[in-house]
Amino acid sequence: MTLRLRCHPGIGPRVEGEALVAEDDFSARYDLDRLAGTFSRPGHKLAGLSYVDRVLVLNTAKGGVASAWMLREMTARGLAPKAILFNAANTILAQGAAFAGMALCDRFEDGDITRLIATGDHVIVDPPVGLVTVLERAAEC
Amino acid sequence: MKLNGEERAMLAGETGEPRRWAVEHMVEVGRMFDAVDFVPVAQAHMMADTESLGEAGVAFLEGLAAHPPAERRVRVPMLTDPRGVDLSYYRPLGQTEEMADLERRTIAACTNLGILMTDSCVTYQTIMPPVRGEHVAYGDTGVVIYCNSVLGARSNFEGGPSALAAGLTGRTPRYGLHLDRNRRATRRFIVAERPEGLTDWGVLGGLIGRLCGSYWEVPVLEGIEGAPTSDEMKHFGAAMASFGSTPLFHIAGVTPEAPDLEAVCDGPPPEPVEIGRKELEGLRGNFGASGDEVDVVVFAAPQLSHVEMARVADLLEGRRVHERMALVVCTSPTVAADCERLGIVGRIEAAGAVVLRGTCFYNQYAREIGEANGWTRLLSNSVKIVNILGGYGYRPALAGMEDCVTAAATGRVP
Repeated sequence: MTLRLRCHPGIGPRVEGEALVAEDDFSARYDLDRLAGTFSRPGHKLAGLSYVDRVLVLNTAKGGVASAWMLREMTARGLAPKAILFNAANTILAQGAAFAGMALCDRFEDGDITRLIATGDHVIVDPPVGLVTVLERAAEC
Repeated sequence: MKLNGEERAMLAGETGEPRRWAVEHMVEVGRMFDAVDFVPVAQAHMMADTESLGEAGVAFLEGLAAHPPAERRVRVPMLTDPRGVDLSYYRPLGQTEEMADLERRTIAACTNLGILMTDSCVTYQTIMPPVRGEHVAYGDTGVVIYCNSVLGARSNFEGGPSALAAGLTGRTPRYGLHLDRNRRATRRFIVAERPEGLTDWGVLGGLIGRLCGSYWEVPVLEGIEGAPTSDEMKHFGAAMASFGSTPLFHIAGVTPEAPDLEAVCDGPPPEPVEIGRKELEGLRGNFGASGDEVDVVVFAAPQLSHVEMARVADLLEGRRVHERMALVVCTSPTVAADCERLGIVGRIEAAGAVVLRGTCFYNQYAREIGEANGWTRLLSNSVKIVNILGGYGYRPALAGMEDCVTAAATGRVP
């Protein structure tokens, strides 16, 4: 069954991909091995998993300003997520998404986005409209 | 967003491509956060370490810097955060010529853009602190939280591209911390015991940052009697911004916007949360290492002040860094120059420690230098740095400055 999730209009282009979800927070500096394309922070719930070409669904952004440069560098090297969805973005991740041309949305009307989408769900992210559509639930596959 | 005539002209490219890009970028970000218009800024401060920039970021800066001077030079004073390579000391760290070349290209591009390469995350202690109510566009979360909270200035966390856009145009979208309504307290903490020493202040900051968790929460603290020192506030704020994403705090009776609790609350104050020894030990326990051997001791994040540098020199007096160990001290070029004149750098280096100028340990290819030197077990008095470096392949541990120096001399955490 298709699920339509309204959010605040976001940044970047309309993209489609498979979700990778955790209730954890996110920083490109703190959490990633950007050369390997994996989460590297031992305590992170996605530790060891690849984020490349996934739609990351996380709680909020944390930590420093470096992510604003890093998202573009990750995109240029072909080792970037397709989109990031947050319950609440911070300014850095929004600026970084704008600089990288990466899709980013937050502030979902129906509640905690890390509970509304599950890892493996196939989703369309449409930032200009402020809409995320879940086409296929991983649990239903 | 509502643009005035000058902003529309910049967006139309009438003042050159760099300013056109800058307005376009800021409008996209401003719309995300419902900014109505721009606000003029007096200063900008850009994080531009080459580990973060990568080839793509450096090429972008070079592209802007290739435009004619009238089109490319920043319009307000613009400073830089720590770099990724100290060009006077990179080979011994295991940094490569490729890293150094990227750094040289970045410096050349920034210089051509008219940026003052201060290479510091303690500009508020050393260069030009903003004044209360001044709108600025600062990078480095530690700089932002200190200037918002302790000085009463107004800045969002500005990543490198957005800080540069602000520098090129002299403005930033009016959202977030530029608006009164986002500076009011949303969380309230009662501190049962005043922290003692920089590390304890960092632990308290880290805990509050973790509890707040979001950029849009503003904590107010009660129970702190009398003003902390600048270095204590520095470590407190840097850790808070690191563990959460917190850009502003108030301390009732201490920070300028909070002469008392009511002054920062709209209506009844938020329900209080008490923070005592148990809560602080809960965070500290994640970084324990008593009795363990360590590979490297680091003083950084934020860069050390004159006072901290002098304290490190005093603690090293009559001691030598253990032959199996490294002790790395990161400070700003400004502080380093003063401390050379004062003989402080000489005393630190005579003990076998390394003083790096204009870098900070975690943004100078920490993973690569760790691998090159066989550093895994890292000890620091900085709560911010032990929070960051777990993701870089280190096993970070926390101790006060005195115990860090003892560990550097003996190879083992007391």
